[in-house]
Amino acid sequence: MSEPLLSIENLQVKFSRSEDEVYAVNNVSFAIHENEALGIVGESGSGKSVTLMSSIGLIRENGKITSGKALFQGKDLLKLRPKQLEDIRGRDIGVVFQDPMTSLNPIMRIGDQIMEAMLTHQYASRKEAFNRTIQLLQEIGIPDPHSRFKSYPHEFSGGMRQRIMIAIALACEPQLLIADEPTTALDVTVQMQILALLQDLRRKRGMSVVIVTHDFGLATNFCDKIIVMYGGQIMEAASTDMFIREATHPYSIGLKASIIEVGNKGKEISPIPGAARTLTEAPTGCPFAERCPFKTERCLNEVPELRAFGIDHYIACHHAEEVASYAV
Amino acid sequence: MPSNALLQVENVSKTFRVQGKKLHAVENVSFTLEAGKTLGIVGESGSGKSTLGRMVLRLIESDKGKIIFDGMDLSRIGKKDLRALRQNMQIIFQDPRASLNPRMSVGDAIEDAMAIHKIGTKASRRARVVELLSRVGLPDEVQYAYPHELSGGQLQRVGIARALSLNPKLIICDEPVSALDVSIQVQVIQLLRELQEEFNLTYIFISHNLAVVEYLSDEIAVLYLGEVVEQAPADELFEKPTHPYTQVLLNSILKIPEAPENKQEMHSIQGEIPSPLSPPSGCTFHPRCPFAMDICTTAKPEKKTVSEGHHATCHLVN
Repeated sequence: MSEPLLSIENLQVKFSRSEDEVYAVNNVSFAIHENEALGIVGESGSGKSVTLMSSIGLIRENGKITSGKALFQGKDLLKLRPKQLEDIRGRDIGVVFQDPMTSLNPIMRIGDQIMEAMLTHQYASRKEAFNRTIQLLQEIGIPDPHSRFKSYPHEFSGGMRQRIMIAIALACEPQLLIADEPTTALDVTVQMQILALLQDLRRKRGMSVVIVTHDFGLATNFCDKIIVMYGGQIMEAASTDMFIREATHPYSIGLKASIIEVGNKGKEISPIPGAARTLTEAPTGCPFAERCPFKTERCLNEVPELRAFGIDHYIACHHAEEVASYAV
Repeated sequence: MPSNALLQVENVSKTFRVQGKKLHAVENVSFTLEAGKTLGIVGESGSGKSTLGRMVLRLIESDKGKIIFDGMDLSRIGKKDLRALRQNMQIIFQDPRASLNPRMSVGDAIEDAMAIHKIGTKASRRARVVELLSRVGLPDEVQYAYPHELSGGQLQRVGIARALSLNPKLIICDEPVSALDVSIQVQVIQLLRELQEEFNLTYIFISHNLAVVEYLSDEIAVLYLGEVVEQAPADELFEKPTHPYTQVLLNSILKIPEAPENKQEMHSIQGEIPSPLSPPSGCTFHPRCPFAMDICTTAKPEKKTVSEGHHATCHLVN
């Protein structure tokens, strides 16, 4: 397999709170290759967003990356100075956030915001940047781009604002697009429009995309690979096809069995008992153990390593073999 | 009207004035709901689904139409009777954090409604609080906790306990699980279903999530820009979605595929939800409808019967 585009190795992130520390990301490693769509899936507090955002140097003030590497084109992003990092972010790596209203500048015309992305990175001259902006607006489905260039963010709907965010992220033709819950705030029909747009752009440009989402339906339909996170750790990582056929981690199985989907009427649903906890100490066992039907002594005392469990399939569970035989 | 109908809503409408313009939030909506059943109301932003829920409780007054609850015409009764009647109708909100007083302990919040309605003694009310907490799956100590000490899922259970405190007949559930994580959503939905059976509760379940609505509802109304575009028994709606908007909604749901070859293509519908301040002419869905004909741009479609109990407001239905 070719060199990965971005490779995260043993990432560890902590947040300090007034009285304690939160172990948000614990020893996470994964890679994204060229022309690949990866979905990082998990519930709130699973560490999915923090993992991805901190690997490109975006982290809240009270957060700290305590160890790990994020290798992009041979450079460790976590060792770069802020200025160098900003150079890469926005040019080689585009970023789309959940809420476009808080990430767009409310008092700047949207056309200027798209142009700015190209000008700051000296990607294009003013004239080229203007022409490209018009082209981009067209490409992302904003009608009448010449006049809309001059509009301000509040003059657009939520879906249109998300399109503009995407245009900014794509302005310098990045090789990698990172999107944190890009459609969560949108209505379902609009969500579908944004996903169709992203898929189309990805195919046309041969760009890689990482989507962070809580929505397993979205991830399994949109992405080539899936990473399932829980308690700041990767529980299962697999090609989507493998995940659909043979998800094996008890958490993945539990979720798949309990998500209510259309066509489930009358089906008995069995919720996963309990709720996720915030880790305020370094993990000493499997974070899912207390909710897991397969839990043993070992699960409480030994952190399961993410290990190969088949082709394109990795799992962090001491009892994966047993779970797999039980599932069949 | 069927003899066991608990709630009958007839042609209710609500118009708000916004920026000097008229906003038709809810237009001519009618439905009948039997005791112990669930009506699901589905729609996207601006569809009027929350306004409709609040109109049933008279938290928002309707401009016209009739709401008959338990044999009484709500629009004709005075404030005092309404208050008594409200014991029988409760609401659960989407954001339990925002709907609980941050300075009131959870126990006090649950007791509050009983105290307002002067039910029982302080001691009997406290006993009831503990009983309710246990019924929604929370330990006794939670009564002393404050909202910020609880998780979203726990808070929603508190919201449910509070709604149950007055032994209501009807509960309006306004997006009660939308803010919760999937594994917690399922727990809350299962709880709502158990409670319905146990206490013969009647629900109006408002959500943008069709899967959850299908799971809980006996009957479903699909709202678009304040109007019911399709209404049918839940099974029927999913087997035979007739209004193009219902079809689009169903196609917009991404399910975990059963097999890799069943992955869905991202195919999108044109246009966005128009501003309710300037709704399109004719059928309000026509600018986005894949089947729009000339007549759709000019004439408002009427409610047509697809089969018994199944209605769609679309020119395509004969």
